[in-house]
Amino acid sequence: MTSAPGYNFAYLDEQTKRMIRRAILKAVAIPGYQVPFGSREMPLPYGWGTGGIQVTAAVIGPEDRLKVIDQGADDTTNAVSIRRFFARTAGVATTERTAAATVIQTRHRIPETPLSEGQILVYQVPIPEPLRWLEPRETETRKMHALADYGAMHVKLYEDIARFGRIATTYDYPVLVNGRYLMRPSPIPKFDNPKMNMNPALQLFGAGREKRIYAVPPYTPVKSLDFEDHPFEIQSWDQACALCGGTDSFLDEVVTDDRGGRIYVCSDTHHCATRRDAVQEAAE
Amino acid sequence: MYVAVKGGEKAIDNAHRLMAEERRGDPAVPELGLDQIAEQLGLAVDRVMTEGSVHDRELAALAVKQAQGDLVEAVFLLRAYRTTLPRFGGSEPIDTAAMAIRRRISSAFKDLPGGQVLGPTYDYTHRLLDFTLAAEGTPEPAALAEQPVEAQMPRVADVLGHEGLIERSVEADGPANATAEEPPGDLTRQPLSFPAGRDLRLQNLARGDEGFLLALAYSSQRGYGNTHPFAGEIRMGDVTVEFAPEELGFAVEIGTITVTECQMINQFKGSKDVPPQFTRGYGLTFGQSERKAMAMALVDRSLRAGELGEDAVNPVQDEEFVLAHSDNVEASGFVQHLKLPHYVDFQSELELIRRLRAATPTADRETAE
Repeated sequence: MTSAPGYNFAYLDEQTKRMIRRAILKAVAIPGYQVPFGSREMPLPYGWGTGGIQVTAAVIGPEDRLKVIDQGADDTTNAVSIRRFFARTAGVATTERTAAATVIQTRHRIPETPLSEGQILVYQVPIPEPLRWLEPRETETRKMHALADYGAMHVKLYEDIARFGRIATTYDYPVLVNGRYLMRPSPIPKFDNPKMNMNPALQLFGAGREKRIYAVPPYTPVKSLDFEDHPFEIQSWDQACALCGGTDSFLDEVVTDDRGGRIYVCSDTHHCATRRDAVQEAAE
Repeated sequence: MYVAVKGGEKAIDNAHRLMAEERRGDPAVPELGLDQIAEQLGLAVDRVMTEGSVHDRELAALAVKQAQGDLVEAVFLLRAYRTTLPRFGGSEPIDTAAMAIRRRISSAFKDLPGGQVLGPTYDYTHRLLDFTLAAEGTPEPAALAEQPVEAQMPRVADVLGHEGLIERSVEADGPANATAEEPPGDLTRQPLSFPAGRDLRLQNLARGDEGFLLALAYSSQRGYGNTHPFAGEIRMGDVTVEFAPEELGFAVEIGTITVTECQMINQFKGSKDVPPQFTRGYGLTFGQSERKAMAMALVDRSLRAGELGEDAVNPVQDEEFVLAHSDNVEASGFVQHLKLPHYVDFQSELELIRRLRAATPTADRETAE
């Protein structure tokens, strides 16, 4: 495959890629720290993955195999659009198989299949600042990070417990990276938070509109905030996936009629399909 | 059984083809040419060039056509193209005092050197729908002035400056001022950080959404940040752009562009270091975009609250609030990203709400319902 004529490999010019790589290197050197970068205007809208696209464009090479997911699925419209963008501008091979991909760009999920060394997971980030809802000013939040002044977040979580009896944050659940920086894991469900911890893959986060890049290098401790008497816990379902019968993956609720009919299916489409194939093979 | 809202490549392709068809409209109606848009929808083209920060009438006209007249979408198209352009360097500052004037008015002085020149304007038109435009016709020719506009048309701010009644601008202070020596920043290359310099602020406002700036400027006139403004001068006309290539060592003319400039004059009672004097707010746009230039000048002045020691308590005076939200390409993308699937987050919230409701006693729940 070759890339589209008239555009540089993976769309961005080499100077821009170098600038982004410098930001990525800094981000890897200071895990969880948000590095400002000269985010470019991309031919896709802000808020639709421009940060992730720029990070992917900066790290991808002709030999890479790219997987793009949105909500865990390879075939959601925006994932299709981004995968096509790279197939067109970089001519790279694409795949839906998690294990076969060298670069995985994601929105809102971490694949169920465990990642391995050498893989890069690129997150699309809408709002990178974990303290944003507590303090809207960037000038203030940067100071809070510099001083590791994260009391406000603990108070917020405590107030949840006081009001609801539990922490009422279900996605974008704040984590502490390498014992130092408070980080927003992008809006993944808290179900996925434990996967970030000591992950052998490199995790890169790109926020295009907000012009920030941050990273979790391989084998870095990532701890979801909690209290001794209210330990962090992930979501669980009473049902199994209606398609593959799995009980250990994140399930999406699908409305089947207007009388309250519901089924639950895996959000990770590749994971679900693999298990269905395995079941079928066993049956044959 | 399981047909979730998931779109394959085919669906996307077909959606785009359908859109292209609708954009063309009834094929029996002649197709719009770019020259028609550039000539007859000139103010739309001007806005797209200003907020798209590319001066190219043909490209802007193409963007307007491609976006079916949706100007924010057209701005986005032009911006995305702009990113791919190589940068050769910065031009010399344009000299608006040497502008070939097409319009120049001041609301501060009844008459002044060079006079008031109305030029082409919608001001004072009675907004009655002109049904003769619905039928094609040739407009009545405009009479030619008996004499050309005066060659010397000093800027009103400079007139006041001679008396020391208005603050000096950075460029007037000359090389003694260190900030004038530094090349202006570019927020499309480096991320904006706060506090931003005035160069970056003006760049941000020039690219900013006209509607957003208009509303902010309006709020400042209605008590949410009083700026006591006078339209010191609004001038529109052609200026030459000069560029000094490194290998040449001197500046050469590379073209002529139309710009609208607005200098707002604002009251300032003085502080312990500075005597009472007028202060400035500045607005500049490509083409003829007077509303935008005036709004920009009001917002620029409002954002100087901190620098001038005024209480900054209103939205329009809040630099982070204004500059972080002025860009319509950013705003449009983020607002509309809510169209993307959020099943996973929504599922997480559903699960939580059910749990919280299950923990609430039934009686309370019924009351709530």
